[in-house]
Amino acid sequence: MIRKREVSVREAVQESLDCVAALDGTLNCFVTLDGERALARADEVQRGIDDGTLGGPLAGVPVAVKDNICTEGLRTTCSSKILYNFVPPYSAEAVCNLNAAGGVIIGKTNMDEFAMGSTTETSAFGVTRNPWDPEHVPGGSSGGSCAAVASCEVPYALGSDTGGSIRQPGSFCGVTGLKPTYGTVSRYGLIAYGSSLDQIGPIAKDISDCAAILEMLASYDKKDSTSVKREAYDFTSALVDDVKGMKIGIPSDYLGDGLDPEVEAAVRKAADVLRQKGAIVEEFQLSLVEYAIPAYYVIASAEASSNLARFDGVKYGYRAPEYEGLHSMYKRSRSEGFGEEVKRRIMLGSFVLSSGYYDAYYLKALRTKALIKQSFDRAFENYDVILGPVAPNTAPRLGESLSDPLKMYLGDIYTISVNLAGLPGVSVPCGTDAKGLPIGVQLIGDCFQEKKIIRAAYAYEQARGSWQGPADLEKRCDRIPEHAASGEAAGPESACVSKEVG
Amino acid sequence: MARQYETVIGLEVHVELATKTKIFCGCSTAFGGAPNTHTCPVCTGMPGSLPVLNKQVVEYAMAVGLATGCQINQYCKFDRKNYFYPDNPQNYQISQLYLPICHDGGIEIETASGRKVIGIHEIHMEEDAGKLIHDEWDDCTLVDYNRSGVPLIEIVSEPDMRSAEEVIAYLDKLRLIVQYLGASDCKLQEGSMRADVNLSVREVGAKEFGTRTEMKNLNSFKAIARAIDGERARQIELLEEGKPVIQETRRWDDNKEYSYPMRSKEDAHDYRYFPDPDLVPVVISDEWLQAVRDRQPELRTEKLARYKKEFDIPEYDAEILTGSKRLADVFEETTALCGKPKKVSNWLMGETLRLLKEEGMEPEELTFAPEHLAKLIELTDAGTINQTVAKEVFEKIFYEDVEPERYVEEHGLKMVSDDGVLRTVVEGVIAANPQSVSDYRGGKEKALGFLVGQTMKQMKGRANPGAVNQLLRELLG
Amino acid sequence: MANRISDETIEYVGILAKLELSEEEREQAKQDIGRMLDYVDKLNELDTSGVEPLSHVFPVHNVFREDVVTNGDDRARMLQNAPKVKDGSWQVPKTVE
Ligand SMILES: [Mg+2]
Ligand SMILES: [Zn+2]
Repeated sequence: MIRKREVSVREAVQESLDCVAALDGTLNCFVTLDGERALARADEVQRGIDDGTLGGPLAGVPVAVKDNICTEGLRTTCSSKILYNFVPPYSAEAVCNLNAAGGVIIGKTNMDEFAMGSTTETSAFGVTRNPWDPEHVPGGSSGGSCAAVASCEVPYALGSDTGGSIRQPGSFCGVTGLKPTYGTVSRYGLIAYGSSLDQIGPIAKDISDCAAILEMLASYDKKDSTSVKREAYDFTSALVDDVKGMKIGIPSDYLGDGLDPEVEAAVRKAADVLRQKGAIVEEFQLSLVEYAIPAYYVIASAEASSNLARFDGVKYGYRAPEYEGLHSMYKRSRSEGFGEEVKRRIMLGSFVLSSGYYDAYYLKALRTKALIKQSFDRAFENYDVILGPVAPNTAPRLGESLSDPLKMYLGDIYTISVNLAGLPGVSVPCGTDAKGLPIGVQLIGDCFQEKKIIRAAYAYEQARGSWQGPADLEKRCDRIPEHAASGEAAGPESACVSKEVG
Repeated sequence: MARQYETVIGLEVHVELATKTKIFCGCSTAFGGAPNTHTCPVCTGMPGSLPVLNKQVVEYAMAVGLATGCQINQYCKFDRKNYFYPDNPQNYQISQLYLPICHDGGIEIETASGRKVIGIHEIHMEEDAGKLIHDEWDDCTLVDYNRSGVPLIEIVSEPDMRSAEEVIAYLDKLRLIVQYLGASDCKLQEGSMRADVNLSVREVGAKEFGTRTEMKNLNSFKAIARAIDGERARQIELLEEGKPVIQETRRWDDNKEYSYPMRSKEDAHDYRYFPDPDLVPVVISDEWLQAVRDRQPELRTEKLARYKKEFDIPEYDAEILTGSKRLADVFEETTALCGKPKKVSNWLMGETLRLLKEEGMEPEELTFAPEHLAKLIELTDAGTINQTVAKEVFEKIFYEDVEPERYVEEHGLKMVSDDGVLRTVVEGVIAANPQSVSDYRGGKEKALGFLVGQTMKQMKGRANPGAVNQLLRELLG
Repeated sequence: MANRISDETIEYVGILAKLELSEEEREQAKQDIGRMLDYVDKLNELDTSGVEPLSHVFPVHNVFREDVVTNGDDRARMLQNAPKVKDGSWQVPKTVE
């Protein structure tokens, strides 16, 4: 629309901001909004479009960025009190790519603190609500980004995925979220949770948009040693409505105990759609599925315990007001600055790396990871794409998951192994349950085979027909008074719930 | 009979590499500079920043490994060493534990008790920490990350040393090797070479090692020697009293000549090493290894042999000159310019070493251009200046690196060879000293020396003493 | 719960991780970590002998920078988020006794 000059960039950005103004009091997708800056940037981008220096499908399109991705001059908090005032002196490489393509960032989206969670309830800036039903969680940790796209506050957003954090909230919010192959999008400027697992990826209304956004985000970055130089970045060329002869495997171990029958039915229906279009679909035994979560929690927590050591009250962020001496400052700043879930994982990670436990826990987990990778390698000898559910259930009600962390972790069973093996995966809306909450189907590809899952997703979308977002959104939101969510929703101190930066 | 003890010493030597940039970012490693002016998101531990390895660090580490007879791990990795301290912005140090770049080498040392090989357990690459400055005024600490991320290699010896003398010999040898490779300037005072001493004592003849302590904060060879003697005495005293030695890290206070424990409840010394997920392995191909081997410069032993063959200088001089890379470089460069090794050696062995000693400087701190020394030798040989003036000019070269020809010109130091001028002065001296003249004529040869001295004085040292001598004899007939 | 986390262990982990827990939090942490470890113990069902630990999923290696200075004086920006600054340096409680 912008390219066709039907609307100006400023109009598009203003529309986004208006939508946020109308809905976000309830949904709370944003930690930081910067309308003024976005509008100024809109005019700048408009000039670029007008004089032909900026082209491309994303020039002038408003975008929201998950709050663990550094944006120079724009507060980046990881939804944590410990970074409540952190204004990065530099931008993440993905943000630089986005800026170069003419993207207009309107703000930073809410998330589980440091991306540790599956519900966006562990944020120090209050919970984000699911636009399909504000009494339910949007999923996590990229819950703010997914809810913002689902509610049309923004046409697309950036998220990050360490154990399912793009795909699972994508599924809960009825949007399309793609986690690329590890190394495809630079991690430079992504505030690390589990460095060997983290990947930035696009969240949008459909796979066509995701492919275009990924094309813009992906790059070989010399600043990220784990960045991979890929042969081609033309992901949109895979938007082809043809899956004839494509071999699709459904892990029968993904369909077993614990999977909600409504989710299973929707996923099977999606598989049938692809079969009808000529794909060869069959079930197979992936194996080792139940070992992915324990291996993940050891690896991710270990890395996190080290990655999050830098938040200590010395260089940036929160410093406790009172302390006696250096170590007391460290302990108070960290204990007051981090939330419960983050502390739990830091402690677990410190423990599994500590003297005497490294081999039994950490190396054991890395060996398990090797076996999981091998089982995927075997699967991809037979299949082009693996298809399965994203999560065992649809979005739970607010507050329902936090009481039992272990149960919450189990919700990541279908997404986590993909991160351990570094694979690309996408979540595509494929139906709703009886409560009207969306269900997603997950398509997993072999390393560097994004094009195969994009093609499968595109073919599926063509048959499925256009996906309708939540109806009567404003009315749903109106029922919930602003910031009147469950008791814990408010931030730990006033500084943490303020939305604007100065 | 009193029990006899043996000291068992191993060293961990940290050497700051001579790279232009830090190990994981493009910040300068230049020494000095206002606090935090050589910093970036990477070396200040900003959230989201990532390290990228400086290739030169790997090459220097390999070069040192090869020169110390080490095996090179052709597959090596970086690990994180986790501990909280403000000099370490990430609260972990990127180092190598599981697969260090070099292992199992050794170097030969020579002491009064003979030759001996000191084993090298491993050499690993790591990053340096920032500097903490205590602020008296506010009773707080200020953190400067200019040194944070400067590349280090840590050379870990086997516990093969038995005395301070062996330790110093080992450090000397190691320093020479590293300096010859150009991998570091190894200045102890500036901290570009630092040694931590692991020391235990045991009864002579015992098979097991005693409990060791680690001493830090040693910044001169003298401090190291004192610390070894002090800690040895402390441990023996404990054992004699029947008390155990506690395995701990101690800080040596060179003023009080005593070490103090650095322990606190808050330091668990459990570093939770694990492979750094932000860095990828270093794979060293045979070709790369060979290329580094081929590029190895001439080391001390080879240089010494070559000097003996190539230059007609005393063996003792050759030993001294090659005992410092800088001295050897100055010698060779100057010789290449003037072609007079013997004379160059004399200037270095004589005046240069004298001035260095006087100033308490290391040869590494020599700054004058070899061109200037070569020119000085040329001026002396051509008879443009005499030996006395040459020494005066050399001091100017040593301290200020002046261009000798211009300096001589500007200060009128040229030797007076004009026979007329000299003859006038000599005639004047003869007229003014009748007593000495008659003494000489009376057979007192010494009197001639006095007259030469008087002439030189009037000539302000610029006369050719030979010519003065000859002229006097001629005129006094 | 097979993995019983002692008070000493929680105290020790607190020192390693620089976290200070209230009495209540400490009890909760003991429970949580114990349960997590029980769950992680599931990995022991797997025979991983002879399996190399996999740190990096892709065999990428030798990613280097050339030794060229690319950064200038960026002190002001590095310090802009500092909780406490003095003389162009981060200020912390004194580190020496
Ligand atoms: Mg070290
Ligand atoms: Zn730097």
